[in-house]
Amino acid sequence: MASLHDYLLVSGLLFAIGLAGVVLRRNIIVMYMCLELMLSAANLTLVAFSRFNGKNGLPDYDGQMLVFFVITVAAAEVAVGLAIIVALYRARQTIHTDDLNSMRG
Amino acid sequence: MPLALFWFFAIVMLVGGIAVVSLRNPVASALSMVASFVGLAGLFIGLNAFFVGIIQILVYAGAIMVLFIFIIMLLDLKTEEKRAPKLAPVLGGLGIVLAFTIQLIGVLSKTPDKAHEPLDLVAASAAFTERSPGISTKLKEGHLPDVNLIGDTLFNGYNLPLQIIGVLLLVSTIGVVVLSKRQAV
Repeated sequence: MASLHDYLLVSGLLFAIGLAGVVLRRNIIVMYMCLELMLSAANLTLVAFSRFNGKNGLPDYDGQMLVFFVITVAAAEVAVGLAIIVALYRARQTIHTDDLNSMRG
Repeated sequence: MPLALFWFFAIVMLVGGIAVVSLRNPVASALSMVASFVGLAGLFIGLNAFFVGIIQILVYAGAIMVLFIFIIMLLDLKTEEKRAPKLAPVLGGLGIVLAFTIQLIGVLSKTPDKAHEPLDLVAASAAFTERSPGISTKLKEGHLPDVNLIGDTLFNGYNLPLQIIGVLLLVSTIGVVVLSKRQAV
């Protein structure tokens, strides 16, 4: 059986992969996907803690409630974010972050 | 969940995540993200979080990734693939992963571990005998009524956040419609 540390290690690695993606990719859509990866890694940590710190023989459902709300907010965020990306593409004809430098000082 | 199955799903998830970052084609990135989320859902189900695992597949792999692929199709991204990656961001990204992993292993080696103990469903059923007999009988039979328990927690313990999240979804729906409307220039 996998222990709590295995789950925390795996979710930490997934978070690191997502963070590296946000830093090194220049395509806004792929950066957005990497943000979703980081949110999912946090969800895995929450579910692992809810399972391993059970109350009265059941998992602690407060942790899974937080996951439920995170998934809902992530869905709303993706919808708004992709609409912003489409509006950006209409205005500038690019979604490459190197070309979006009009606010550079 | 057996250890071999845990590592199988974990490796599917991590390899999918690495493919999202490293593949140049955005469509390939989106599809490897689906693979990553399927692995993650397997891990959720191994943690007895059946509802969250199914929601992960339905909402993330089903709805959100279709939205991503739809937007990739809508915008013509062929020209974006030809650029060579710059050295500094790649080194920075790898450095972040390395530093984060070393820190993670350091923290985990200092904190106490917890073993995976089986759930004591029969003992848990006593708490539900008066409040919800249906949940109680299912627990006594040895099944985990995951959706019932989540519904119980959601509507009794988290009713106000649930209504606030409903307003949030309404606001984001209106926001998306306003944003995607073609502005009169």
